[in-house]
Amino acid sequence: MTLQHYLVISAILFTLGIFAVLTRRNAISILMGIELILNSCNLNFAAFSRFMTPPEDISGQIIAIFGIVLAAAEAAVFLAIILAIYREFGSIRPNEVDTLKG
Amino acid sequence: MQPLSNIESLLYFSPEILLVIFAAAVVLLDLVVKDGESSAVAHLSLAGCICVFAAVLITHFSFGDEGPISLFLGMVRLDVFSSFFKVLLLLATAATILFSLRSDELDARLKGEYYALLLAITLGMFLMASSTNLLMIFISLETVSLTSYILAGFLTHSPRSSEAAFKYITYGAVASGTMLFGLSLLFGMTGSGDLGQISVRLTEFLASGDITPLAVLIAITFILAGVGYKIASVPFHMWSPDVYEGAPIPITAFLSVASKSAGFALFIRFFYAGFGNAELMQAVDWTLMLAIVSALTMTVGNLAALPQQNVKRLLAYSSIAHGGYLLMGGVLLTSEGIGAILFYLVVYLFMNLGAFYVVVLIANEEGTEMIAGYRGLASRAPLVAWAMAIFLFSLTGIPPFAGFFGKWLLFAAVLEQGYYWLALVGLLNSVVSLYYYARIVKAMFLEDAGEETTQVSFSTGTFALLSVFVIPTILIGFLNIFYTFSNISVSVMPMQ
Repeated sequence: MTLQHYLVISAILFTLGIFAVLTRRNAISILMGIELILNSCNLNFAAFSRFMTPPEDISGQIIAIFGIVLAAAEAAVFLAIILAIYREFGSIRPNEVDTLKG
Repeated sequence: MQPLSNIESLLYFSPEILLVIFAAAVVLLDLVVKDGESSAVAHLSLAGCICVFAAVLITHFSFGDEGPISLFLGMVRLDVFSSFFKVLLLLATAATILFSLRSDELDARLKGEYYALLLAITLGMFLMASSTNLLMIFISLETVSLTSYILAGFLTHSPRSSEAAFKYITYGAVASGTMLFGLSLLFGMTGSGDLGQISVRLTEFLASGDITPLAVLIAITFILAGVGYKIASVPFHMWSPDVYEGAPIPITAFLSVASKSAGFALFIRFFYAGFGNAELMQAVDWTLMLAIVSALTMTVGNLAALPQQNVKRLLAYSSIAHGGYLLMGGVLLTSEGIGAILFYLVVYLFMNLGAFYVVVLIANEEGTEMIAGYRGLASRAPLVAWAMAIFLFSLTGIPPFAGFFGKWLLFAAVLEQGYYWLALVGLLNSVVSLYYYARIVKAMFLEDAGEETTQVSFSTGTFALLSVFVIPTILIGFLNIFYTFSNISVSVMPMQ
């Protein structure tokens, strides 16, 4: 496995994430797409840290760990907001949540 | 100067530590006070703002002779630039707390968390203005974003507010994910998270041909997604009208002023310190991209504002347009341009917060945010109507109000850099914006309120708070302080 392999995988993950966010018609699936995006970034950081920096420098891996924590925090807030949406609109489909326009 | 270690840094970090202490104290006090007496919580958080303000000044003046200090092994930097933004952000927070106290919209039972979250978001913005490491930049940006999603959706039982939060987090999460991807590319190219190091290594690698300019340009574009979403620039502005309309009015005011200022602080710090050196800007030309984004942002904001009937939404589009004007100053990253941005941010703080305060007052009295609710305001509450007119004319950029001087400096900076077409676009946009601001003024002064012509009376406290915004909006342009702002901007210059 070289750096290129990791980068290609993370680019694919990132694209899949963007694709899911753009095409999915369910808030939970959108959340999953966002998680894919964030994880592709973590993979990037870990791979760069392994291949591009000296072994004693682990700053890239530390950024990846922080990325995981922030993704968890984001998922928690997102799920809470989805709950609030469900209470108000009785649906978690984004195209039914459209009272604000103009 | 060598970065200070973690223990040594704590002393210089006292404003942030105080913010955390007060946020915790607000939550604890909320457990003790009875329902319905929640103003105690608000007053505690206001006291917190004052203490933090004192701490910012003390830390600022105690390091005055030593120059910029790098804290926490290079994670955070304490310089004139960060102190300037801390003062600006604290003003916005204090104003938001005062608005929230006076707004009928917010549910009294929930106020403990509300003020704690406001203090937490201020902490995040402090860090946004001072971080110099990719990791710290991302963490501070996420702190601000996550907290503002919650605050935007704070009105439970309001579908509008929940919808605003939902749209905000969907756009925001994608934008910050994209930005993180860009940061990872930048990290990969340079092998370092420190902005100063990145600047040095990028220059070196570009000169030796180890990395292509295209790769750097792609990373910059990805990162601009995150920053552009915070300052609501095209094409990442779509969330802003919906969020501004749905969120509680004090939060809308806060987001449009503080969130944007912090976004610009990050933008300036990142591009000025990381990419500001001449060789790098010669190798990777991203100034044209920024100029186009700036022109599009003001045009889209102003044109979309024209047909709006809801004043909150109208001000949302106007705030997008102002993001465009502000970006003009950042196009070539000269210290005059950055100084003009800083000056305009101060002016914008007063005039925009003032306008939103009038929206809070009218929403309390009339229960509406529509332009129709402002009809005949000049006869019912003349002082408030005049104040609103001053804010709106200042937002348009009509002399002698502060907004005119702010815009003038921005245009001057752009012209000096030779971007004549950009200045022309900005000028045309200012003319367009006069139309929709004048619609509110027309409703207030020239239209009749109909059968109900009862006088609306406001308390002395209301007028006192209003004058806090009116007086600077009139006077700031005449104080000869612009020079100071250019000097502040020099303190961010590349850290090598």
